[in-house]
Amino acid sequence: MPENYIYIARSSAIAARALAGEMMVMNSADSTFFTLNEVATAIFQAADGRTPLREIVRDCVCEQFDVDPEQAQADAEQFVAELSGHGILLVSDRPLSNEVPR
Amino acid sequence: MTLMAEMGQRAFNLGIPIAVHMDVTYRCNERCVHCYLDHDDHGEMTTAEITGVLDQLAEAGVFFLTFSGGEVFMRRDFFEILEYARRLMFNVKIKTNAVMIHEEEARRIRELGVDTVQISVYSHRAEVHDAITKLPHSFDRTVKSIRFLKNQGLKVTIANVLMTSNSADHAGVQQLAADLGVNYTLDPTITPMMDGDTSVLSLRIPGEELPEIFHNPALVGNQEDFCAPPKPPSDQDLEGYSCSAGHSFCYISPYGDVFPCVQFPLPTGNIRQQKFLDIWNHSPQMNEVRSIKAKDLTVCSSCSHVSSCSRCPGLAFMEGSMRGPSSADCEKSFYRTGVPTANMLRQGLTKPRSTSGGIPLVQIRPVAVSA
Repeated sequence: MPENYIYIARSSAIAARALAGEMMVMNSADSTFFTLNEVATAIFQAADGRTPLREIVRDCVCEQFDVDPEQAQADAEQFVAELSGHGILLVSDRPLSNEVPR
Repeated sequence: MTLMAEMGQRAFNLGIPIAVHMDVTYRCNERCVHCYLDHDDHGEMTTAEITGVLDQLAEAGVFFLTFSGGEVFMRRDFFEILEYARRLMFNVKIKTNAVMIHEEEARRIRELGVDTVQISVYSHRAEVHDAITKLPHSFDRTVKSIRFLKNQGLKVTIANVLMTSNSADHAGVQQLAADLGVNYTLDPTITPMMDGDTSVLSLRIPGEELPEIFHNPALVGNQEDFCAPPKPPSDQDLEGYSCSAGHSFCYISPYGDVFPCVQFPLPTGNIRQQKFLDIWNHSPQMNEVRSIKAKDLTVCSSCSHVSSCSRCPGLAFMEGSMRGPSSADCEKSFYRTGVPTANMLRQGLTKPRSTSGGIPLVQIRPVAVSA
């Protein structure tokens, strides 16, 4: 899938809260528990299902952290793939409605 | 230490309320013989008040949120509250008797991403369970609901409170949990009523029966470790605290009263009159609770059990002093290890005095809360 068409949204099964600069994330489906660093937290918080990943990296990572844009994009794609594998993020090539439970 | 335990310790050190227990109602469809609550509605928070509290809790850093009661499903707006909590991304646990959970409710609970549902089951025998809940057919309804929840793939835990009338049934309930494919937890603690009435303590299992529970590997895991004689406390132990009450955990009643713990009826403020964080950070009562280290305990600081005892400061408070001993925990420490506690020795006792009623409790009065 071309990276500029990647959209990400948070799964409805997760709980999350920031604690002292780190984001705690827990998936109730399998009880996996993660903490995210500052950069990963910025991507996670921007995962609204409507903003392409490339824009998230540009606006929320490159503008706020001193990182190489290409490296940041590659790291973000790896991070998204990992969290997607744990059911924390949903990934699609078209916009998603954010998976807030209703 | 697991990552979760590490984050819990960090919250404790920073004084962040990472976990909150909120009772959304004291009303209940059961009338359990050991219950410590008054089931009349004396002015529960409205839906809007509760969602406002949830906003404040999220802002304060609360991650683990337990909804309990009373029976949570006695509130017609409970799903509205639950949905709001999940939108704020709390990790939610529900404590319920499950009688009002049918297929549709179970499906909704799963869709909302609830982490765990904890359900009270007192016996594997319907007649014993129903005699405790005083609700005919409650056993059958509860077990049926557990199946609905399991069919949805939800994590379910059976909580088995033990008392005189069901003390022989823990193995049967444990087997029932295994048959249903759910977790099992046992609790032999019967708590005085919130108004200080101790009559329910007569239902506590006599101390002489505790060794059978504490020496049962099926219930306590590694029995050798669990029942090992206490190690001499280190300086670090004496600088430590009893539990997370007031440090990283608190309790909120259906009326907005904030307490250090559900089992610690010391009012610290009311959320209808103050912001949650004002109470958490500045309540003199909350600050007093969190100031108490093991070395400050009047009797327990010199007790050989001080580093391993399950001493509950809330039960100690109900006995007269939050710095004093909790006799129920002295009893557990003794019957777990066979080693007398300092509280027993100072009274010249060779075995604990029964805690099944008769302990004078302080009269619990609300504190004046500034508006």
